[in-house]
Amino acid sequence: MKNLLTKFLVAAVGLTVAAGCSQKQEAVNAQTQVVGAGSTFDNPAFMMWKDAYARQHKDIQINYQSIGSGAGIKQLTAQTVDFGASDAPMTDEAMKAAPGKILHIPIVAGAVVITYNLPGNPKLKLDEDTLSGIYLGEITKWNDPKIVALNEGMKLPNENIIVVHRSDGSGTTFIFTDYMSSISKDWATKVGKNTSVNWPTGVGGKGNEGVSGQVKQLPNSIGYVELGYAVQNKMPFADLKNKAGKFVTASPESVSKAMATATIPDDFRFSMVNAPGDEAYPISGASWILLYQKQSDAAKGKMLVDFLKWCATEGQKTSPQLDYAPLPDSVQQRAVKLLDTVTF
Amino acid sequence: MTSNSVPTTPARMTNSSGSRGADRLFHLLCLAGALTVGVLLLLVLVELIKGSHLSMAKFGWKFFTSTTWDPNIDEYGALPFIFGTIVTSIIALLIAVPLSVGAAIYLTDLAPMWLRQPLTSIIEMLAAVPSVIWGLWGIFVLVPALRTTVYPALQKSLGFLPFFKGPILGVGILTAGIIVAIMILPIVTSVSREVLRSVPNLQREAAYALGATRWEVTRIAVLSYARRGLFGAAVLGLGRALGETMAVTMVIGNQPNISSSLFSSSDTLASVIANQFPEASGIMLSSLFQLGLVLLGVTILVNIIAQIMIHALTTAETRRVA
Repeated sequence: MKNLLTKFLVAAVGLTVAAGCSQKQEAVNAQTQVVGAGSTFDNPAFMMWKDAYARQHKDIQINYQSIGSGAGIKQLTAQTVDFGASDAPMTDEAMKAAPGKILHIPIVAGAVVITYNLPGNPKLKLDEDTLSGIYLGEITKWNDPKIVALNEGMKLPNENIIVVHRSDGSGTTFIFTDYMSSISKDWATKVGKNTSVNWPTGVGGKGNEGVSGQVKQLPNSIGYVELGYAVQNKMPFADLKNKAGKFVTASPESVSKAMATATIPDDFRFSMVNAPGDEAYPISGASWILLYQKQSDAAKGKMLVDFLKWCATEGQKTSPQLDYAPLPDSVQQRAVKLLDTVTF
Repeated sequence: MTSNSVPTTPARMTNSSGSRGADRLFHLLCLAGALTVGVLLLLVLVELIKGSHLSMAKFGWKFFTSTTWDPNIDEYGALPFIFGTIVTSIIALLIAVPLSVGAAIYLTDLAPMWLRQPLTSIIEMLAAVPSVIWGLWGIFVLVPALRTTVYPALQKSLGFLPFFKGPILGVGILTAGIIVAIMILPIVTSVSREVLRSVPNLQREAAYALGATRWEVTRIAVLSYARRGLFGAAVLGLGRALGETMAVTMVIGNQPNISSSLFSSSDTLASVIANQFPEASGIMLSSLFQLGLVLLGVTILVNIIAQIMIHALTTAETRRVA
């Protein structure tokens, strides 16, 4: 018994000493840790950027927690993180609840694509009427005349369409429902746009992987996922008719085109769905970094702003590798300008 | 011998003050352990009530009867989730309890000796499979099998019943019930086996002596004796079924519906909390807290009902004996 106690004590002392040592080690390196949290959509970009940035800047350590947009806003409002990241701009109400003025800096843009499971997986074409009809539960068969008219020569089965949507709250759903609200009055009044909504029909899957899992397993189903996810998993996705009346395939370029033609206000709280450009992909959305305009810790605040400027300019060169759309030059310049207004 | 045994008693006596101190410490430690469990439950309850007070103030009792769950108009109701939770749990029990009791009878009374231990180990190993693995297995193996063969056959033969009408998606409330049934099988089987093993052999021997067949021995001597314990095993399984989250989320379809069709998609209390908590705020967050409170309430209620039923069973037994 005594023996065991001694062993335990020795182990405890050993651990304390070890902990002390590692603390000293950190003090020698003197790195400033900048903590951010939010959107899961942005996570791959931050993972890539923080490594690339850390190679050039030894004094900063960026720690990004991929906990979801809403949770990121909550953490920023509670001032437990240095920056947040969200796929939907903050509402006026949420901005008021925060203890200081929050800036929105667009950092990446992406697309939401419509994926499906049909015999042979042909390249499907859809427009505003058919997509909103399907998700409202008004178009229920694949061989509905409206879908057939858009896809001449394609053999569409006489089967029920199984609608798949996200079951968790998500920025992807926000972009998708934002688009649906902009193209269909019925959708705007009956369902609306949000990170999660009261779906008129369908089954829900958790996360991109949940939706794609259901779509792959259920013949005659249709669902929506992020472009990058669909590309990496080699899933088919539909060409969509945009505002200019052209059918467009989702790609980083067609999303950048959407951002270049969207109307963007000074505070950057904009929506870029259904943008007017000829080559603009209609279900495009941006993701924002959120930070306080007045930084309380001057040294840390400067480092954060430098990092974010780098992300908004240099970082954009590498973002297409991860199927994000790079910010157009004009937006990059405006983002840097807004970051210059941060005070310390 | 005697010289040896005499000193032992005084030795104990001299040590007694020390061991009494140790006894007191032991008593206190155990008390602390028991209190911790109670205090934890209380803290959970307090946090849930605190978290849900916004929602309680806005919706009142309507929360339990409303079927709307709409973040855009901030209207939240719990009924479809309560429905989904209870129905999946009932389906799970209906499937798991007969199977488990059957397995337990086989393991204690019928199986050859050499087979008992390996079979028991296999069943207990099922309990070690993580929830998310069952969910994946559900999506990739169970759902396709049910959708292409089992459900169409059910609809063909029993389609006149409202339970088996409507489109077959593969995912849905029945599928979730089946997954949960598989997940609670090991615990219900283990407990049932322990209960059956505690039936005195005298009972069985007496029945055999009266010329009973194996079935009669099992029915009269074993099962009726063990009824209470088996009921307890089912309640333990039910407790787990009510709170099962991950695997259910993956196969239930996550669409709050109240439908008589067992093929339709549905949602449960635990699963909607897991799905929507990270992105929720304001009144929606509060409503999710209240769903947690409802889940805790349903679980406690079920346990109380079970206690009452066990009590009723026991008194009925004693009366019969008298």
